[in-house]
Amino acid sequence: MKTSKNRRWRLGAALLTTACLGLTACAESDRGGSGSDSGSDSGSDSGGGGGGTMVFAGSAEPVTLDPFFASDGESFRVARQIFEGLVGTEPGTANPAPLLAKSWTVSEDALTYEFELEDGVKFHDGTDFDAEAVCANFDRWYNAPESAQSPDLTYYYGSLMRGFATGPNADAAVYESCTPAEGTATVKLAKPFAGFVSALSLPAFSMQSPSALEEFQDDAAENPTTTEYSTAQPTGTGPFMLDAWERGDSVTLKANPDYWGEKASLDSLVFVAIDEPKARADALENGEVDGFDLVGPADIAPLEEAGFQIVNRDPFNILYLGINQAVKPLDDIRVRQAIAHAIDKQKVADASMPEGTKLADEFMPDLVNGWTEDVTKYEYDPDKARDLLEEAGATGTTIEFNYPSGVSRPYMPAPEDTFNVIRSQLEAAGFTIKPTSDRWDPDYLAKIQGTPKHGIHLLGWTGDYNDADNFLGVFFGQKSFEWGFENKELFTALDEARALPTVEEQTPAYEAINEQIMEYLPGIPLAHPVPSLAFAAGVSGFQPSPVQDEVFNTVTIEE
Amino acid sequence: MLRFVLKRIALMVPVLLGLSVLLFAWVRALPGDPARALLGERANPESIARVTERYGFDEPLLEQYLRYLGALVTGDFGSSIRTGQSVTESFLERFPATVELALAALLFAVLVGIPVGYLAARHQGRPLDTIVMSGSLLGVATPVFFLAILLKLVFADWLHWLPTSLRQDARIDATHLTNFYVLDGLLTREWDAAWDAMVHLVLPGLALGTIPLAIIARITRASVAEVLNEDYVRTAESKGLTRRLISRRHVLRNALLPVVTTIGLQAGLLLSGAVLTETVFAFNGMGEYLFDAIGQRDYPVLQGFILFIALIYALINLLVDLAYGLIDPRVRVS
Repeated sequence: MKTSKNRRWRLGAALLTTACLGLTACAESDRGGSGSDSGSDSGSDSGGGGGGTMVFAGSAEPVTLDPFFASDGESFRVARQIFEGLVGTEPGTANPAPLLAKSWTVSEDALTYEFELEDGVKFHDGTDFDAEAVCANFDRWYNAPESAQSPDLTYYYGSLMRGFATGPNADAAVYESCTPAEGTATVKLAKPFAGFVSALSLPAFSMQSPSALEEFQDDAAENPTTTEYSTAQPTGTGPFMLDAWERGDSVTLKANPDYWGEKASLDSLVFVAIDEPKARADALENGEVDGFDLVGPADIAPLEEAGFQIVNRDPFNILYLGINQAVKPLDDIRVRQAIAHAIDKQKVADASMPEGTKLADEFMPDLVNGWTEDVTKYEYDPDKARDLLEEAGATGTTIEFNYPSGVSRPYMPAPEDTFNVIRSQLEAAGFTIKPTSDRWDPDYLAKIQGTPKHGIHLLGWTGDYNDADNFLGVFFGQKSFEWGFENKELFTALDEARALPTVEEQTPAYEAINEQIMEYLPGIPLAHPVPSLAFAAGVSGFQPSPVQDEVFNTVTIEE
Repeated sequence: MLRFVLKRIALMVPVLLGLSVLLFAWVRALPGDPARALLGERANPESIARVTERYGFDEPLLEQYLRYLGALVTGDFGSSIRTGQSVTESFLERFPATVELALAALLFAVLVGIPVGYLAARHQGRPLDTIVMSGSLLGVATPVFFLAILLKLVFADWLHWLPTSLRQDARIDATHLTNFYVLDGLLTREWDAAWDAMVHLVLPGLALGTIPLAIIARITRASVAEVLNEDYVRTAESKGLTRRLISRRHVLRNALLPVVTTIGLQAGLLLSGAVLTETVFAFNGMGEYLFDAIGQRDYPVLQGFILFIALIYALINLLVDLAYGLIDPRVRVS
């Protein structure tokens, strides 16, 4: 008995020692080369484009694979590979372009849209993509059960189409009906919506296989984001198909061999989630991933020096200094003008934003319809700021300056640094600043948007699609705690512009509103920071999009 | 023995029930609103109201708690507000990652800590002892995240010997049965997958295991030193027994009791303390998920995960108590 115990003890010890030694030795040999080595022998054998496996890191896991129930960027990133909408975007812009719809015509009253559809397109499950399928999708969205009408599930449909067939906002619904015909689908709207075609470029409006939806999806489920369809059976017409989604690990897509457009070069595309920007950069440098999104400003130069590619998106965002007019003396236009003249935007951008950042003169980027050169501009002039402040009798008044900590957003990469530069500029112009910092999640937004207890603050927005209302309407569409002003003229102008039937009519209306806003100066638009992605040297063909309409079928990777 | 185990398990019920009340109250006492956290910049009063209503956060607290408890009794821990995924499912996906990491860390801590502590005790007052004691002091004092970043910098960024993030190379087409990746690789005979999962455990395991290693080494040293002065050791020596035999049969066996207690406590701490390590190495374990849930005020995930952790902690304690009995038969008798 004793002998056997001793033997076991020795055997155990020997095994453990071997394991430990082996662990170190092999760790060394296995990782010596490039990380992509293992892809060639153990990657998925989907038989697609013959171009290997690409691993791409985002900042989080997707929430769901049914884009109708998604509003987060990571779900949309995956959705754009699997699904396509009637409308896409012109490469490198936010402008709508044909996708599953070859073309469209709009009736005179802007209430009827006729979409001519691509022929011969099939969903991944073999179902035909035709006018019936289009109308099935429109009807599905419109008839979403009330349990699914919550903004955490159907944010985009709810906010853009204003209402569903049932529920509290049914009267406001923009959609009326869809009629299928041979090769065309005719959508009738109940009221004009100039941004309709643009909105259809959002992944939330992707075309999904009616038969797969019928079989695997249950929109009335308590959590439609976690059904069989939403986690394992998403079925679209895109260049990639779902291979497997292992929660907490990765989403693996394989090339769609029957794709109707330009087939994917890659065999498979794997999305992984790495929370921290620095950890994503480390993973790229170590060959564990081939590319990643949201490069931290501090990582750009080291990555470039190490031979990695940095790809910039045209910024489709805005960082601004908000002003709460509910707090005195910020309701005085002269004080707001003084703040505007006190800030040297170029210095702010140089100190806290990546290279390529554009300075902002209004509350939306120049890619958006309604942007105009002709707005009042407030050049950097600290003397003028001091004079204005004195004129307003506000010299030396203490102003609370709120900024978030523990966060980096694409429109606000380093808020602490941005705060520090602006603070010193404001103090140099005669302001007394009381800094207040709150954790981003969830204290900061709750304070700024949910209470009147703040002064000036840093915040911003990334646009979803090409519509001025998606910027201006979000900020100034109604009275809010964030801005603390009641400007009926502005609210009405925004309401009216939104209701205009066509983009052509909206353009001059929004240009006028931009002029009005910059004269009223509710806040100071600061910059449009450029969002960056990084790729390994062997990756090519990635086409950045300001609205992240980025499909990987054009991407190739050197093995 | 069976009665003892059953009694201990029965005692857990009121403890967990009390904990569920405390947790329920605690997560709701956290400042911030889950609806607002969920909607982010897109929040407006109307959307906040709709989300609040959907999750029933506008109902009286007692009603919410009773509903929660009712579901809990049927084994339903609710669903995440952020992802809609069931808490049990996400726990079962994330927990194996953390356990693997904690085991790797514990293995490292025990395999190195006990021999080192023993050697230090055997060489009391001599240079080896001083080195071990100073080293362990440094080990206890080094913040985990600092060590994690340092290890990553040296072994991953500079030398490129070891991976920096995730649990497995995303290019490996591995089959996952239990979500214990090493075990899965062994079970399915996908040796490259098992190996890769082990390699991914090295750096986070070292980072997480350093503090327990230092503690185990110190406790072992103190315990062995104390036993070495016992009369029965002296008697054994005077009987002419070999040093090896005395060590194994008399010294280690007696000295290991407090060490086992420490290992048990450390195992529990490792499970809950893996947050920083998991974040630095993007390990996608329970800690990282829980940390995000706190930021997002994801009430069901917070409540569910902490209850699960408490349950596991209680079970580990039970196992430690049973281990006492195996090492020291006197405990079994009493």
